[in-house]
Amino acid sequence: MSAVATLPATRAASGPGPTGQDEPVVVTRGLTKRYGSLVAVDRLDLEVRAGEIYGLLGPNGAGKTTTILMLLGLSEPTAGTARVLGLDPTRDPRAVKRQVGYLPDNAGFYGSMTGRQNLRYTARLNGLSGQPAERRIDEVLDKVGLTDRADDRAETYSRGMRQRLGFADALVKGPAILILDEPTTAIDPIGVSEILDLIRFLALDEGLAILIASHLLDQVQTVCHRVGIFHRGRLIGQGTVDELAREFGAGTGRIEVGVRADGSPSAPDVAVLFGEVPGVAAVEPLDPGHRGADLWRLTLADGADERLVAREVLARVLEAGLRLDRFGEARLSLERIYRLAVERAGDAGMQPGAAGAPAGDAG
Amino acid sequence: MKAKRVLAARTDGSCPDATVTSPAARPAGIPPRAGWLIVARKELADHLLSARFYILLALLGLVAAATTYSASDAIRSASEAASQTPSVFLKLFLLGQDPLPAFYVLVGFIVPVLGIAFGFDAVSGERAEGTLPRLVSQPIYRDDVINGKFAAGLAVIGLILVVVTAVVAGIGIVRLGIVPTAEDAVRLGVWLLVSVVYVGFWLAFATLCSVAFRRAATALLVAIGLWIVATLFASLLATLVAGVLAPAPADATADQLIANATMTDTLSRLAPPTLYSDATRIILDPSARTTSSFVLTSQVYRAVQSTLSIDQSLLLVWIQVVGIVALTVVSFAVAYVLFMRQEVRS
Repeated sequence: MSAVATLPATRAASGPGPTGQDEPVVVTRGLTKRYGSLVAVDRLDLEVRAGEIYGLLGPNGAGKTTTILMLLGLSEPTAGTARVLGLDPTRDPRAVKRQVGYLPDNAGFYGSMTGRQNLRYTARLNGLSGQPAERRIDEVLDKVGLTDRADDRAETYSRGMRQRLGFADALVKGPAILILDEPTTAIDPIGVSEILDLIRFLALDEGLAILIASHLLDQVQTVCHRVGIFHRGRLIGQGTVDELAREFGAGTGRIEVGVRADGSPSAPDVAVLFGEVPGVAAVEPLDPGHRGADLWRLTLADGADERLVAREVLARVLEAGLRLDRFGEARLSLERIYRLAVERAGDAGMQPGAAGAPAGDAG
Repeated sequence: MKAKRVLAARTDGSCPDATVTSPAARPAGIPPRAGWLIVARKELADHLLSARFYILLALLGLVAAATTYSASDAIRSASEAASQTPSVFLKLFLLGQDPLPAFYVLVGFIVPVLGIAFGFDAVSGERAEGTLPRLVSQPIYRDDVINGKFAAGLAVIGLILVVVTAVVAGIGIVRLGIVPTAEDAVRLGVWLLVSVVYVGFWLAFATLCSVAFRRAATALLVAIGLWIVATLFASLLATLVAGVLAPAPADATADQLIANATMTDTLSRLAPPTLYSDATRIILDPSARTTSSFVLTSQVYRAVQSTLSIDQSLLLVWIQVVGIVALTVVSFAVAYVLFMRQEVRS
């Protein structure tokens, strides 16, 4: 995060960003992949724009990797078309692969070779050799922070270092698009935040379009400009997290308020008080919270502006002379949005997939 | 840590990546035209640094040393008996003395191991290490991977065979003072070539196993299984099947016997080791005149004792050589097709 915050303004001014350029670099239309009777990817319409970080989110087996393989020309679509930088990956896979850096899920390296040698091999396969290749290798090693260990054998690397080497490997060809498959899976929390920082940095600094496929919704949510929610081969929602929250979260916005009457006998009926606030659909008491405070949960009406309602609730609490003990707007997590989207897609009874931790709405 | 590095890069003003930010200034690599060469080069380096290379070189060196030693003894006694023996030099490779078989026999027995050793994990190894998706997502054709690996394997095997053969020839020249004639050298060269092609078959078959089976251990077992069956039991199987298809009872007529022998020969020629040993025997031994196991006594008595020239010998075994080449091509083609159709993901 700090990396992004401290980037010089000059670079931001030159403007590769989600708003700056929005010609799409990846487009799929009705992209479909069937394995026998199993539909792995079902009529996918996807659009990733230049300079944008796009999150393709969904549980394991949703068809994310299959989609990526089709974008790289490593798997042939059953129907539909894909265009990467205007090229057809099925017809011209080499030209596509020349410009797309791909970090596969659980990428491996040749253990007996050093990190640098591994990168040199990739550079050579991309037609880079000699001085330009060495310069480029030094550059990407520096970017991912592996310069110190570059000349150690890759088998001595930790999981997190291997992943960073994977980033360097995907970057060495100087790609215009980066495709990352589960970049943060099986990485420790500090490593994850380093990797997310790196992703932000690459999108901002190099103007790369980045496509991230992941089942770790909450981690990836923080770096993505837009996300697509992928479920059983179908894209069931697409947009910014806020847009998705509005689209799928209607009627689920909540505010939790804890108030204390402080022994004042003239304390009004809190339930009635809150019930009168415009935009509040329902008021329910939660268990008589701690330290004698009453905890209430307000459910917002469809289309109510969360911020306006919150302001009004606060005003009423102060007016009535109540002491505020707790106040929280329960923002929808991406995981909750995902569940709602799946429900709406008509798949009641599906298992929540790999992101199966109980949905923490507050947060 | 990374955030810090990134910061450092930003604040010290050096901006090492400033030049690559615009697409025009990206490294100007073009997709290499000969991706297989790059793959082969890397594989070759891997092989030459690997333990298996040195182990196999040592194994074959041991075979060479032992057989050369026994062959030298045999040659000394043979040359005293008949100093005008043709191609004394080639006897170095042809003669054995109990308990050791001749160099060419032992080499024929062992070289399949070379092919198997350098091929059994060609593709499954990349898959197991997780490097295959990375490799095929580079701008090369997918067949570059398998072609490069095959070429590198063949090059290493060729290297081992040439070195060992050269050492044997060198020992012969120095210790026994035998100088090869031009024809000897040609025969030895042809033998080397046929041997490399033969190992190529095993390399192709092992590569096929490495594509077909996810686990390297399975691939290794299958390849070694075929090697043992083809080498040890092929003639036995051929005899058994021929006995059913063209029976030769105790009171068999000459025709029945000939039919049975022909059938046995034909069947055993389905096994690559038979093809190879037939071919190499004729190529190395100018006095050998037939690959058939069935020779009538009248033919032997009436034959003029003479040796064959190299072209005559080749005329005799070209069909075997073509057979080995065909088997190699078929194995490689199957491996190739299978690999092209396979899903990349692990």
